[in-house]
Amino acid sequence: MTSALELRQVSKVYGSGPTEVHALSDVDLSVERGELVAIMGPSGSGKSTLLTIAGSLEEATSGQVLVDGVDLASISRSDRARMRRRSIGYVFQDFNLLAGLTAVENVTLPLELDGIGAKAARATGLEAMEQLDIADHADRYADELSGGERQRVAITRAIVGERGLLLADEPTGALDSVNGESVMRLLRAATRRGVAGVVVTHEAQLASWADRVVFLRDGHVVDQTVAPPGPESLLAAR
Amino acid sequence: MSVPHALLALLSEGPKYGLRLQNEFQSRTGEVWPLNVGQVYTTLQRLERDGLVETDDGESERSRKRYRITSEGNRELADWLRTPPELIPPPRDELVIKVLVALQIPEIDIHEILQVHRRHVIEIMQRYTQVKAAASEEDVAVALVADAELFRLEAIVRWLDTADVRLKQRPALARAREADMPIETTDPMEVSQ
Repeated sequence: MTSALELRQVSKVYGSGPTEVHALSDVDLSVERGELVAIMGPSGSGKSTLLTIAGSLEEATSGQVLVDGVDLASISRSDRARMRRRSIGYVFQDFNLLAGLTAVENVTLPLELDGIGAKAARATGLEAMEQLDIADHADRYADELSGGERQRVAITRAIVGERGLLLADEPTGALDSVNGESVMRLLRAATRRGVAGVVVTHEAQLASWADRVVFLRDGHVVDQTVAPPGPESLLAAR
Repeated sequence: MSVPHALLALLSEGPKYGLRLQNEFQSRTGEVWPLNVGQVYTTLQRLERDGLVETDDGESERSRKRYRITSEGNRELADWLRTPPELIPPPRDELVIKVLVALQIPEIDIHEILQVHRRHVIEIMQRYTQVKAAASEEDVAVALVADAELFRLEAIVRWLDTADVRLKQRPALARAREADMPIETTDPMEVSQ
């Protein structure tokens, strides 16, 4: 089966000579559809670089990045741009919603940029908003929403349409723990519907929502968790 | 977990039988603390001896006894709820000792040791989060119980992260060790005892 995302021996070097910085070194990582993976590591460990390379926002110095089996280096720039619009969803710490647009307009923006008509885009957008239980807010402006609501809209925008890969960089931002948890619940729910999710975080509680936690250190993958046994094992342990 | 006080709290709602107390205890603590019926009756017996609960007269079969909280029991419960729990940690935290000991062994990669423990703690956290994820969002008891464990475990991860950074920022320590010079740290056993 083709992985939704596969990194093969990916390295990223910034600068050259004495100022050379190895942000990532020989990283291998596969993420399947239906799986939520958290990337943890201290500041400067390369987590955000890994995400921007996985999302084709930045190119690897060496190695291969495959999204749905397609090697990003093997396709044209315009094809890569189309792939970014159609196949990959991004969620950022500060939500990045356009304040002058309504919630549903924000959600449908990537669809319309991709040439889908406004009416069809709205229908698809509303359907995605219903899935994440925020359709009630569809026609409110982004700046009228609370932090938690804005992030729900941002997540909807990231999964609307046929996107198979969801990338999130510290997606709970400055939200309090309960709202942060709701964001993780949503990301988990999105992956359960068949999307592959990668979340970068430095918070253990948020990472614990993932099916697998991958640990980065100085640009290397140093470790990862094994699939946790079911919650019933907590009872047996006592 | 204070089982006697949890039972007093359940009885403060009204008189109940032992079996019902067992069921309610388990469901309200998110099923995370199993409690067998024997424990329930032993605890009730002690509470009765101390005058904190009482039973209807004339019933000797334990499963047919209905328990009621006394006014002294209510006072005890109110006091207990306001008494701060013991927060001072046990004098010897095993993980801290392991890390301090590892620091003294030259061939040990301390960062690898920290990572082994970090992964282990996060794997336990994943299990508690699964408990939360499996429960409905309205199930406050489950969320509160899981949160308590998750915050405790998260604190351990944060300690490990901090230790990682501190040790990375102390290359002098490694250099001193390579040069076989005395290292200016406190003896770990002295710290922990």
